[in-house]
Amino acid sequence: MPQMGESITEGTVSKWLKSVGQSVERDEPIMEISTDKVDAEIPAPAAGTIVSIEVDEGETVEVGTIVAYIDTEGVLSDNSSAASVATEPVLETPAPTPPPVEIPDPLVPPASQTVDSTAESVDEESVPTEDGVRSRSTPVVRRIAEEHGVDIALVTGTGHAERVTKQDILSYIEVGKEGEVDPTTAATSPQSTPAHSEVSDLWKTFYGQVQNPEFPVREGDRVEPMDKIRRLTAEHMVVAKRVAPHVHSFIEIDFTAIDRIRKDSKEQWQEQGARVSYTAFVVWAVSRLLPEFPQINGTVAGNNIIYRGSVNIGIAVDLDPGLIVPVIRDADNLSLVGIGMKITDLAGRARSRQLSPDEIQASTFSITNPGVLGTLVGLPIIPKGTAAILGTGAIEKQVVVIEDNVSGTDAMVIRKRGVFSLGYDHRLVDGADAARFLAGLKGVLEAFPEDA
Amino acid sequence: MNRAGIVSGQVPLAVRRLGKVAYRDAVTIQDKLVRDRRDERIPDTLLLLQHPHVITLGSSSDPSHVLASSDQRASLGIELCEAGRGGDVTYHGPGQLVGYPIVALEKRRHDLHRYLRDLEGALIDGLAELGVQGHRLQGLTGVWASGGKIAAIGVRVSSGWITSHGFALNVAPDLSYFATIVPCGIEDRAITSLDLELGHTVAMTEVENVMARAVAERLGRRFFV
Repeated sequence: MPQMGESITEGTVSKWLKSVGQSVERDEPIMEISTDKVDAEIPAPAAGTIVSIEVDEGETVEVGTIVAYIDTEGVLSDNSSAASVATEPVLETPAPTPPPVEIPDPLVPPASQTVDSTAESVDEESVPTEDGVRSRSTPVVRRIAEEHGVDIALVTGTGHAERVTKQDILSYIEVGKEGEVDPTTAATSPQSTPAHSEVSDLWKTFYGQVQNPEFPVREGDRVEPMDKIRRLTAEHMVVAKRVAPHVHSFIEIDFTAIDRIRKDSKEQWQEQGARVSYTAFVVWAVSRLLPEFPQINGTVAGNNIIYRGSVNIGIAVDLDPGLIVPVIRDADNLSLVGIGMKITDLAGRARSRQLSPDEIQASTFSITNPGVLGTLVGLPIIPKGTAAILGTGAIEKQVVVIEDNVSGTDAMVIRKRGVFSLGYDHRLVDGADAARFLAGLKGVLEAFPEDA
Repeated sequence: MNRAGIVSGQVPLAVRRLGKVAYRDAVTIQDKLVRDRRDERIPDTLLLLQHPHVITLGSSSDPSHVLASSDQRASLGIELCEAGRGGDVTYHGPGQLVGYPIVALEKRRHDLHRYLRDLEGALIDGLAELGVQGHRLQGLTGVWASGGKIAAIGVRVSSGWITSHGFALNVAPDLSYFATIVPCGIEDRAITSLDLELGHTVAMTEVENVMARAVAERLGRRFFV
C-alpha cells in the first residue's frame, strides 16, 4: 500500500484492475484504492506478471503493507517460461543472466516506494510475529515451509528487505540449519552481492564517530571547552565534508530589478510591518525553482535517493559567536512578504535563543550569506542530509558593460550585482544540473515577478 | 525545462466553462480529459459547470443515505448515478457551482490529503473574497459556513496523479432537494448556500471568476481563461 500522503496511514483496496497471471506494464494502473473522499488509481511499480494478490477488495490495510507480488523475471523470458512462472510463481529464483539495470530488484513490492516504509518494514520484520512471517515471505515460500514443517522465522532472508526467498528456504531445508546458503548461489542472487557487505564495513569504519585530534597547548594559550553549538557545528561540518564530494559553481546576478521592486514596495511593506531583504527574494526564487530540480532538493541515503516532497529552506543565522540554521518550511507556499516576515521572526528568535527544535530541522536546501560583511563570495559546506547550499556574495555597485537596446552599441552602466555560489553534492547533482539551476535563479531574480 | 514556468514559478491553469451538463456526460468528458492531460495534449484545466438534479454515489456510499424512493426521485426529476470518486452520497443541481480540476499534480503535491486541503483552502479563500467566512471541520472534508455545509468535495486521482471530480459549492440551489439524501453521510448537519449566508444574490459568473482564481492560487497555477 503506497504512501499517498503524509497523513495517510491506511487505504482500502476498492478494486483490483488486474488479476493473478495477468501481465502489467510499468505505471499501468493495477488497483484502485479509496481513503476518505478520495479514490486513487495505483500504478504498477514495475513491469511483470502479477503472481499473487495479498489483499482482497474491500480490505483496509496500513501503508507499507504488501498488496501484491509482481514477477519481473517473466518479462525477460520467452513466452513458455513466462507461462511457467505464472503457474508456479517462483519469485526470486536467480536469473540465468543478470537482470538489466532498469530493473534493479527482481521483486518489487508496491510498498517499496519510499525509503521510510522499507525501513519500517525491516524493523517490524525483525520480530518474528505472524505478520512478520507473512510480510517477509511469499506464498510459495510459505507453502514450501509448511510442507517441510519449517518455521520461516528461523530462516535468514537474503531477499529484498530481508525477505526469505525460495532459495533461502530450500537451502535451509537442504542443509538443515540457518545461514548456510551455498555461496555460489548467494553470489548470483542480485540481492546479496558480497561487495555490498564490504562497502558497509568500510562505511562504518570510515564514517564512525568524529574525533578531533589533540594538539599541544603552548604558554600563554587559553583552553576552553567547546559549547554545544560549536561542538555540534564541528561534528556536522566534518561529517558533511567527509561524506559529500563538494563541487562549487558560481554565477553573477544583477539586483537592479529587485532594488526597484524594493524601493517601489517599501511603503506598502512598512504598513504590513514586513521587512523584505535580498535574502527573502532569494528564498522566494529558490523555493519556486527547486520543484523543477528534484535532485537538488534531495539527498543520497544509502543506495537510494530521497527526493523531498516539500521545500524547506534553511537560513544560516550568525549568532556571533556561533551559527544556527532555522528552517522556513514549505517556503514554496509562502508569498514574498510572507517569506520576509518569516525570516525576520526566525532570525530574531534565533538570536534570542527561542527557536523550538522542529524549527531547525528538516531543511531540504540551505542558503548562507557570506556576503553580509562585504565578502565577495564563499565556498559553503553542504549540510548533511541535503544536496546543496547557496552562498550569496556581497551585492555591490559595479560598472558593467551592457548592450544598449536602442542603438545596439555597448555601454558602461552602474549596476548592483553580486556573485552567488552553489555548493552541491556531486554524488547526486552534476555540474550541468547546477548550471541550469543557477541560470534559472539568475533568470528569476533579474526579471522578478511583480506579484510575488 | 519550462522557462516560462521558471520565471513565473507557475504552470498555467486553463478554465473551461461548460454551462449545464448532465452528470453522466461530465463523467465521460472528465475521463477523456484525464487521458488527454496524462498524454500532455491539454494543460491543467478547471471545468466549471452546473448539473441538472442528480444524486451521485461515491465509492464509500451507504445506500441508506439516499432517502428518496425511486418514485419520489422520478417525480422530482432526480437522476441517480455512480460517481467513480471518493466520498459518500451527494446531491447536485441547478444553482450549485461544480468545479472539476483536471490537474497533473507535481511531485511535491503527491499527497491526497494535501490536495483535499488545497481544494478546501481555495473554497475558503474564494468565499472570503465574496464576503462569507468559511471554515474546515476536523475530520469532515468539505467547507462549512455559519449556517452549515456550503461546499462538498469528492475527488479521484488517476494514474500519473491526474485529478478529476472536485467540489460543489452551493451558490443558490433549492436547498429542499438536499432532503432527498444524507449529504456525504453526515447526519445532523445543516446545508447552507452563498445566497443564504450573504442575504443577497451573487451572479454565478462572478462566483466562477473568484473560484477559478482561488483554485489556481492554491494549486500554484497561473490562471488564464
